[in-house]
Amino acid sequence: MEIPEQLYYTEDHEWGEMVEDGMMRVGITDYAQHELGDIVFVELVEVGTVVAKGDPIGTVESVKAVSEIYAPVDGEVFKVNGALTDTPELVNQDCYGEAWMVVLKVNDPAQVDTLMDARAYQAYVEAEAK
Amino acid sequence: MSGNEYVTRFPEVREPLLNLKGAPGKNKRVLPAPFDTAGAADLPGTGDLPDLPDVSEVETVRHFTRLSRLNYGIDHGMYPLGSCTMKYNPKITEEIAARLAPIHPADTAAMEPVLERLAQLQEHLGEICGMDACSLWPAAGAHGELTGMMVISRALKSRGDKRRTVLIPDTAHGTNPASCTIAGFATKAIPSGEKGYLEASILRQHLDRDTAALMITNPNTLGIFEQEIGAIAELLHKNGSYLYMDGANLNAIMGVARPGDMGVDCMHVNLHKTFGTPHGGGGPGSGPVLVRQELEPFLPAPRIVRDGSGAYALEEEPHPESIGKVHSCLGNVSVCIRALAYILSLGSRGLREAATTASLNALYLKNRLKSLFDLAYETPTLHEFVLSDALQKEGGVTTMDMAKTLMDFGFHPPTVYFPLVVAGALMIEPTETEPLEELDRFVQAMENIAAMSREEPEKTHESPRTAPVSRVDEVWAARNLILTWPDGRIQPGEEGI
Repeated sequence: MEIPEQLYYTEDHEWGEMVEDGMMRVGITDYAQHELGDIVFVELVEVGTVVAKGDPIGTVESVKAVSEIYAPVDGEVFKVNGALTDTPELVNQDCYGEAWMVVLKVNDPAQVDTLMDARAYQAYVEAEAK
Repeated sequence: MSGNEYVTRFPEVREPLLNLKGAPGKNKRVLPAPFDTAGAADLPGTGDLPDLPDVSEVETVRHFTRLSRLNYGIDHGMYPLGSCTMKYNPKITEEIAARLAPIHPADTAAMEPVLERLAQLQEHLGEICGMDACSLWPAAGAHGELTGMMVISRALKSRGDKRRTVLIPDTAHGTNPASCTIAGFATKAIPSGEKGYLEASILRQHLDRDTAALMITNPNTLGIFEQEIGAIAELLHKNGSYLYMDGANLNAIMGVARPGDMGVDCMHVNLHKTFGTPHGGGGPGSGPVLVRQELEPFLPAPRIVRDGSGAYALEEEPHPESIGKVHSCLGNVSVCIRALAYILSLGSRGLREAATTASLNALYLKNRLKSLFDLAYETPTLHEFVLSDALQKEGGVTTMDMAKTLMDFGFHPPTVYFPLVVAGALMIEPTETEPLEELDRFVQAMENIAAMSREEPEKTHESPRTAPVSRVDEVWAARNLILTWPDGRIQPGEEGI
């Protein structure tokens, strides 16, 4: 299971990456895509949607289940990855790269520090697997 | 037949759609007058005539008989589809429903005794659930949920209360959040405790002034009775919130415990599950809603009333606070009549025995299988239980592989990958109608699957081998939707099936 060092993580298995001045790229983790299995559908909120931490920013569907993706922090949706509509399998192939889901304009940078780092997330996933 | 060998292969039939078999003049019967094409075209509001296939009687009978041979139903064998309560439906209820079928709903004199039966069913359901009032009109479980949540919404409005959040434990039925959303509420999932039921202390952390209701399934989707339900009801009521119970699993407790006595304010029951009417493609369903007295004014219209002479009739003016109609005419009357026949034929002792036997059968299977498969929760269960593929997954055998292999042993698979709180869930509900011999055969088949998973795991990937259609590529199917035209022809450019 891949858990890149430089990313932030949530308990709902989203990752966040600070890309440029106050922008966070968000997707789901390798653990999440593996647990869901083959992703067959991705639906994301519209650009401009204002979200609070924990609000849904999209839905991923596999043949097993439908799951919501939640905003890791408060912010405004700045960009969404339209490619996932036609090629949802990217989530299984490259969840930390091509299959990023949205870019959020972060309201409060201090909130980012409350997210888990790679080591904390690793421990969290191991505990959850038990 | 034992649970050690595969069933024989079903006949390999590629049955085309009936529309594709039709040709002008194949049906040589004279059409009855109302369906005469010249006459029907003049009827107001009929629009274009339906494109019915022109086929002979023998072709029609064979078409449906062939399709039925490709099917698997409760009359074929055990159907342990957890949460769906696929019990055998006694044929006496069909007999009785058939007798009332010729009555036209517009014939008020002929309908009077039908309304009396429906009123009788409302009373029995009220007694079984310990609730004060009932509406039979919702057409299925989720429709009942929606209707119940609309009743609660209307009640809140009536007292000028703006609260909008419904709390839903993670062990509830999957339809619950959707029903709340359609009724205009926001939903919040809350975790149940480590023991597999909602602890009052967890609920307390999530309750606030915006909590309209808690929607709980009891027993829940792990088959576990919500043992803190009394304390939960008290917390909610003190907070000014309602307790909604999804009664889809009433089969486990009817005649033993009553939701009304637990403090439930509003609930639905699934006649097609608990009260033995056909479902699962055989429908239609019926999801009556039951409420405590204070919510009665908000129930759907029309209510069944008694006129001055004591005769049963439909109220002419709906109650001003009613949420209005939720279904045309009287819901699915034939399902209600079957359910009433079921209740009367079993009686109170019989209903109780059905519930306790459903739990006994499930416990028997659980105890015989728990050494071979992972059991996620140790808490005692009632009518169903959840295993997982945790022990088999390392060898490459998943829940899906095991479900498909069960088909080769002649069983309908259990519910898979639900509830979501158990990874790789296999949710098994045998119901009370399975004889011990059939339960033993199921155990044998599961033992064989456990052995196969250890010794020759790759074999499970090839199942089903005996079904008319082999392993379906579900991922490909979900990513490449093929839509057919109403006439049954495949869209241009798409490959045939």
